[in-house]
Amino acid sequence: MMRIEIVKRPQHSVLFSALSPFIALFLTLIAGAILFSVLGKNPISALYSYFIEPLTEVWSIHELLVKAAPLILIAVGLSVCFLSNNWNIGAEGQFIAGGIAGSILPVVFPDFQGWYVLPIMLLLGMAGGMAYATIPAFLKVRFNTNEILTSLMLVYVAQLFLDWLVRGPWRNPQGYNFPETVQFSDSAILPAIWPDSGRAHWGFALAIIAAVVVWFMLSRTLNGFEIKVLGRSSRAGRFAGFSAGRLTFFAFLVSGALAGLAGIAEVSGAVGQLRTSISPGYGFTAIIVAFLGRLNPLGIIAAGLVLALSYLGGEAAQISLGISEKSARIFQGIILFFVLASDSLIYYRIRIVSRLSETALKGA
Amino acid sequence: MKKLMMALTIAASFAVAGPALAADKLKIGFIYIGPPGDFGWTYQHDQGRKQLEKELGDKVETTFLENVPEGADAERSIERLARAGNKLIFTTSFGYMDATVKVAQKFPDVKFEHATGYKTAENVSVYNSRFYEGRYVQGVIAAKMSKAGVAGYIGSFPIPEVVEGINSFMLGAQSVNPNFKVKVIWANAWFDPAKEADAAKALIDQGVDIITQHTDSTAAMQVAAERKIKAFGQASDMIKFGPETQLTSIVDNWGPYYIERAKAVLDGTWKSHNVFEGMKEGLVVMAPYMNMPDDVKKLAEETQAKITSGELKPFTGPIKKQDGSEWLKAGETADDKTILSMNFYVAGVDDKLPK
Repeated sequence: MMRIEIVKRPQHSVLFSALSPFIALFLTLIAGAILFSVLGKNPISALYSYFIEPLTEVWSIHELLVKAAPLILIAVGLSVCFLSNNWNIGAEGQFIAGGIAGSILPVVFPDFQGWYVLPIMLLLGMAGGMAYATIPAFLKVRFNTNEILTSLMLVYVAQLFLDWLVRGPWRNPQGYNFPETVQFSDSAILPAIWPDSGRAHWGFALAIIAAVVVWFMLSRTLNGFEIKVLGRSSRAGRFAGFSAGRLTFFAFLVSGALAGLAGIAEVSGAVGQLRTSISPGYGFTAIIVAFLGRLNPLGIIAAGLVLALSYLGGEAAQISLGISEKSARIFQGIILFFVLASDSLIYYRIRIVSRLSETALKGA
Repeated sequence: MKKLMMALTIAASFAVAGPALAADKLKIGFIYIGPPGDFGWTYQHDQGRKQLEKELGDKVETTFLENVPEGADAERSIERLARAGNKLIFTTSFGYMDATVKVAQKFPDVKFEHATGYKTAENVSVYNSRFYEGRYVQGVIAAKMSKAGVAGYIGSFPIPEVVEGINSFMLGAQSVNPNFKVKVIWANAWFDPAKEADAAKALIDQGVDIITQHTDSTAAMQVAAERKIKAFGQASDMIKFGPETQLTSIVDNWGPYYIERAKAVLDGTWKSHNVFEGMKEGLVVMAPYMNMPDDVKKLAEETQAKITSGELKPFTGPIKKQDGSEWLKAGETADDKTILSMNFYVAGVDDKLPK
């Protein structure tokens, strides 16, 4: 009989920290090749269509940016939360709240037009996400409620509220009763960055700006120091005079604002109207992106692009090789597994304890 | 240098012309909302795709993308199919409508066919099925078979296509038993076996003894089989999942339509249109009437024959709305526009329509 234990390494190797993404990539390629061979597909062409094909065409790179923008925006906000030990699992709800709040102008006042519409929409979107994120923050600070549960449950509330809005009061009166709002007018559409070659919109630029700003805040300001100190040890933070409650609000507000911004950017830039569902789970995928980027905003940019690529690659593989969507998803899972596992093994090691040595230990 | 340029130009033009020469084969793409293995809606579209491949053989080549979410992703998926050289693309869920129209503008030489929507363009057709005709027949059977006088209905989303079905079912049942009732539960999903099964259980616990559904999986059929009550299949023949349970099923028979449209593209006669077809055209087919006494079976067959011949139109007055107000006067029939935008219940439905 034996038991497997995970033990923290006393110090982690700098060399392997740098190498780990490449080791993960290598293992992924091998596992992927095995998977595709078992499915009877040529592994080389499968891997090609997964990782390379989406990058060979300009329109497809645009699509990559469209897909990555919300993931990066949300994950950057989440990094602030997670670093400060606030477990905001409800970014999906804040994303939706932002999408709804930002759509007030184009849906309820469609005749209100001008250059100022878009900035107001983006601000409203951020405000919506922030307001929604305040709820779990308040509950945590005031009543010591578990923020994982409250923020997660609020996701369902937001989804159902959006559903109700789009079926009911905000439904397009000319839309045959189908559950959609009116199409946004041109002044309410977040424009494409290079409209001639594809549909990547300014949401991606916002994501990069947000990542750089938050990176600066985390690494160069007192605020960032406070986040890290309180995140690692709230007791030490208290001795330094930092307030955990205030920080909880701050972290939730930042991540709510960015998730809300992502929501309205997606609605206005990529969809062009509100629908009963505006996100295929970006708020949850962004949690993976945040950890994949090691909670570093600059790393998150790369992680967001990688995850977006794995979606597009899965689709390309379905078309060029007829791989089923399920296999494509499994492969996506394999990528994440290896990356996160390699990362964990830098900080932890696995020890196999046999019953024998345990009794020996007890005897001693 | 000049020679090299020339050689390159020639090579390049061949590289471009190459695929065009090989493109005698018509490439056809499909976008599915669920997996082909749902044994319901998407399964039936995939059956249509397979019939199309079988019928036209090596003249066509088909590809599909499954589980494509409605919204921003749909636009990319459709565009990808268009860029992969598909010249005819079927988008098989209502929510793909705007995405289909947007991509169609970018690819004027590609023909698009959108199921169950209403926006057409030069190169965008719309095709829809009068599923509600089958629902009427089911209603007749339900009223004959039910002892409780109440049927349970599992709805996906309260959009006109689904509301039409509930109302038609209700009217069919009332033609046999004027006091018949229908209870509705909304699953708020097209394909979510767990939720569909829960809905079926809840309905049975509330005393219904017939289950019908407008969701895509076979879960409700399986629950009904376990609880030993009768049920109707949806979209495909689900008899395998309830050999002693299924009374009949509305089978969406897309194959002939897909074949017809592919042939039209091959002949160069494809034109944008908006079709709304039912039993008469063979788009709605009823699975064999099973697990019911002969007189019920006979009545069901008669009803089906009347609808097919056009003698019976399900939405013919006098019909009252749920709130008691008059919808159709005696002898008046609803036009297609009203049917396609239906957002109210007829009298007798025991549910409040989510608004």
